[in-house]
Amino acid sequence: MSNKKIKIILNGTKTVCDQGETIFNAAKKAGVFIPTLCHDMRLEPYGACRMCSVEVKGVPRLLPSCSTPVSEGMDIRTESRTVKRIRKRLVSLLLSNHPDDCMRCETSGACKLQNLAYEYKVDGREYGGEKWKLPIRQANPFIVYEPNKCIVCGRCVRICNEIVMAGTIDFTGRGFHTVPDTAFRTARTLSNCEFCGQCVSTCPTGALTDKKARGKGRVHELKRVKTTCSYCGTGCSFYLNVKNEKVVRVSSDFFGPVNQGDLCIKGRYGYDFIHSRDRIKTPLVRKGDKFVRTSWDRALSVIASNFEKIIKRYGSDAVGAFSSSRCTNEENFLLAKFVRTVFRTNNVDNCARV
Amino acid sequence: MASATKNKKPFVENLTIKVCVGTGGLAAGGQEVIHAFTRQLKALGIKAEIAKKCIKKTGCRGCCSKDVLVDIRMNGNSATYQHISRDKVERIIQEHIIDGNIVKEWLVGPEYHAFHDRKIKILLKQCGEIDPEAIEDYIKAEGYKGLQKALSGKPSGVINIIKKSGLRGRGGAGFPTGLKWEICSKEGSVQKYIICNADEGDPGAFMDRSIIEGNPHSVIEGMIIGGYAIGASRGYIYIRAEYPVAISRLRIALKQARKKGFLGKNIFKCGFNFDIRIKEGAGAFVCGEETALIASIEGQRGMPRSKPPFPAQKGLWGKPTIINNVETLSTIPHIISRGARWFSSIGSKNNSGTKIFSITGKVRNTGLIEVPMGISLREVVYDIGGGCPQDRELKAVQTGGPSGGCIPASHIDMPLDYDSLSSVGSMMGSGGMVVMDSTTCMVDMAKFFLEFTQNESCGKCLPCRVGNKRLYERLKRITDGRGKKGDIEFLEALAEDIKITSLCGLGQTAPNPVLSTIRYFRDEYEAHIFEGRCPAGVCEALRQYVVNAEVCKMCGKCFRECPAEAISWMKKQPASIDKGKCIKCGRCFEVCPFSAID
Repeated sequence: MSNKKIKIILNGTKTVCDQGETIFNAAKKAGVFIPTLCHDMRLEPYGACRMCSVEVKGVPRLLPSCSTPVSEGMDIRTESRTVKRIRKRLVSLLLSNHPDDCMRCETSGACKLQNLAYEYKVDGREYGGEKWKLPIRQANPFIVYEPNKCIVCGRCVRICNEIVMAGTIDFTGRGFHTVPDTAFRTARTLSNCEFCGQCVSTCPTGALTDKKARGKGRVHELKRVKTTCSYCGTGCSFYLNVKNEKVVRVSSDFFGPVNQGDLCIKGRYGYDFIHSRDRIKTPLVRKGDKFVRTSWDRALSVIASNFEKIIKRYGSDAVGAFSSSRCTNEENFLLAKFVRTVFRTNNVDNCARV
Repeated sequence: MASATKNKKPFVENLTIKVCVGTGGLAAGGQEVIHAFTRQLKALGIKAEIAKKCIKKTGCRGCCSKDVLVDIRMNGNSATYQHISRDKVERIIQEHIIDGNIVKEWLVGPEYHAFHDRKIKILLKQCGEIDPEAIEDYIKAEGYKGLQKALSGKPSGVINIIKKSGLRGRGGAGFPTGLKWEICSKEGSVQKYIICNADEGDPGAFMDRSIIEGNPHSVIEGMIIGGYAIGASRGYIYIRAEYPVAISRLRIALKQARKKGFLGKNIFKCGFNFDIRIKEGAGAFVCGEETALIASIEGQRGMPRSKPPFPAQKGLWGKPTIINNVETLSTIPHIISRGARWFSSIGSKNNSGTKIFSITGKVRNTGLIEVPMGISLREVVYDIGGGCPQDRELKAVQTGGPSGGCIPASHIDMPLDYDSLSSVGSMMGSGGMVVMDSTTCMVDMAKFFLEFTQNESCGKCLPCRVGNKRLYERLKRITDGRGKKGDIEFLEALAEDIKITSLCGLGQTAPNPVLSTIRYFRDEYEAHIFEGRCPAGVCEALRQYVVNAEVCKMCGKCFRECPAEAISWMKKQPASIDKGKCIKCGRCFEVCPFSAID
């Protein structure tokens, strides 16, 4: 994208924007909201849902704002009568092939289709016609796929192929029967899927949901707590979704500076330890053959005195430190510094080196 | 063979036998006819080498309903036979070649001449004349002269000639070819591509197949010239796998062209390198759309993407790419060797040159015709096509394949060119032309095309995927006799919305058959919905069987055949049909020996 500025007319107001950026982004910067279903900031523009279509003066058709670049003098209308009519039409077409079961849908309240249907007051019942009757797919521990709720926006397919590059799912079928699925409709296993749940994070409807969180609470009941993943030093942030003081789900933090919503299987699904009964919550000190609970102060003083003893008897090179890649860079730096200045040895390493 | 002739040395000079072996010709037994000629001429004592040289395979000449077509040329005379099979060969050799008497009853009739002997033939001229598997034949017919001429000048010179000629893309949209090339030639990429779109998907259209089968070198030559003009070093021919004959002839032609040095490094010693690969498509209609075609070549699912960027800027593997249709490319060598002025003198203003139409449907002569642009629809349907069978009244002509529109008979004198066709709500498309007469139901016709397009939708964009499906369902409801008030308005509104929001050409044009039939034949829709009848008598569910008591001979055959016991009959009394019980199977209609059932 060049730094050259160009002028456009957005809903009658003269606006300056960057040459080469899309109408959608230019409008967003100017504070104009355009609804969309297939757009995800993490993905390349696609133009499948047509929900973001806008009217441009001199063009007989509507243009998808997510994939059309602005050009000098473009006169854009995002809320004209035609645009609104088309949005209504598109939502109603989607609903014409969508189950009417918002009341028991996991995603109710967070569903983009539900929001648009509410905003444009449509239900899609005027069409009649065929509806998908596809079986629910859940023969795996993490991801539930209800194809009947799929709006074929292609976000799951694209995130799996553009970002994760796992190629687990792609479109199958043609025409009305086009639907994302695994190759040959086989169940997801570790041999064809990474279970990163990226597809779930981008799904705008209830078609893809987290299996472990099903039935544990919907968006309005959940408290979202932002935190940093403890599994590795990358430092991805995400939200813990908490209901009744229990973590029931992990959801993406799309504005996290490190990961922008992306997560791996550990970050997204590896939260069972939080409420595990086997979890060790206090330091333990060995007494004879047994471990005994103790305080942090007591535990640290035991460690310090034992290190002192060894160094005194065998010298500094008899001790060393091995740190974890789950620690942050800063923690690793501190440990190395500590070993070299306090232990006075170079015996320091990290598991990430292997 | 009679023994008398064995001793007589037949007087045969300059004998040439041309046997049509296009897909149509092969299917009718062309290969067997060739074998029969070879064997029998050899047995006759006419030297084997003469036999080898004098029998020629030729490509399709468009008149497939008369296959196998055989031309016999000897002693300066020529005759064309139709419907020739293996067992007819002996008589032709005996009477025509040896005795010199033409077998008159097997000669082609006036329909063939109306079809075949058009005044202006450029692209199809060599199809059916030259052997598509012999590069020497093509070279003898001035082939690769255009390439030599193009390569002796600058690429910009080639583009200028094409621009001046006024050639517009024959794939359907009619974008000026020279302009397209110019845009691509100005792109600063080192690697560029030229693609020949031979993914001919319109049902009933087969002009691209015929050109490739009959004259593959003309396409290759056009591609090399195009590659030179835009600066591409590699070309792809995207051809559907359902065209095995065309593919094998292309492979042979590419091999021969490489051997002769027309493809490869340093062509005509001017430092230009170019080669062509064939990519077989798996038969998705949408892969005729250029961005979907590119995705397919790249090994992805054939789905279109948003434009801009256009392929001429960012195409195959992100590099500037030109995609031209088979017909466009095979026109190029002719324009280069004969000049822009010659080409633009043919056809009408802004629509120069000739166009091949495949004419099918309710018309006497079906097949491929090459006519100058701007010819009137009347000439095509009546003079060439011979009018509707049994002199029925012409109702409409559907042009542009399943995404085109229908032109009512009242527009019969309109010229066939890009602009006129789009002004009446249709389009040129690839040149498919379906003629409809009074026995065609327009609602049923729209339903037929919608069924095709909604099946072939790639499923990417919502209006095409779901919208066209809903259009089709509503049309089906009407033809099933369940139409309701407001259905026409529903169709119009939905069709309009699909047109302005769909991503690619398929979705944008798919509602055309619905819109154009409503525009010109609204009364037929109304008859279906409000009167519960199909004026053309096509829609099964709306058909009503009635016994014409005056014609009925009281034989009782219908009574015995009726599976639903809906017919009451007693001896010496005409039968009658109970509408409530009738399941409209049509059995009574078929079995009545006196045509007493309507």
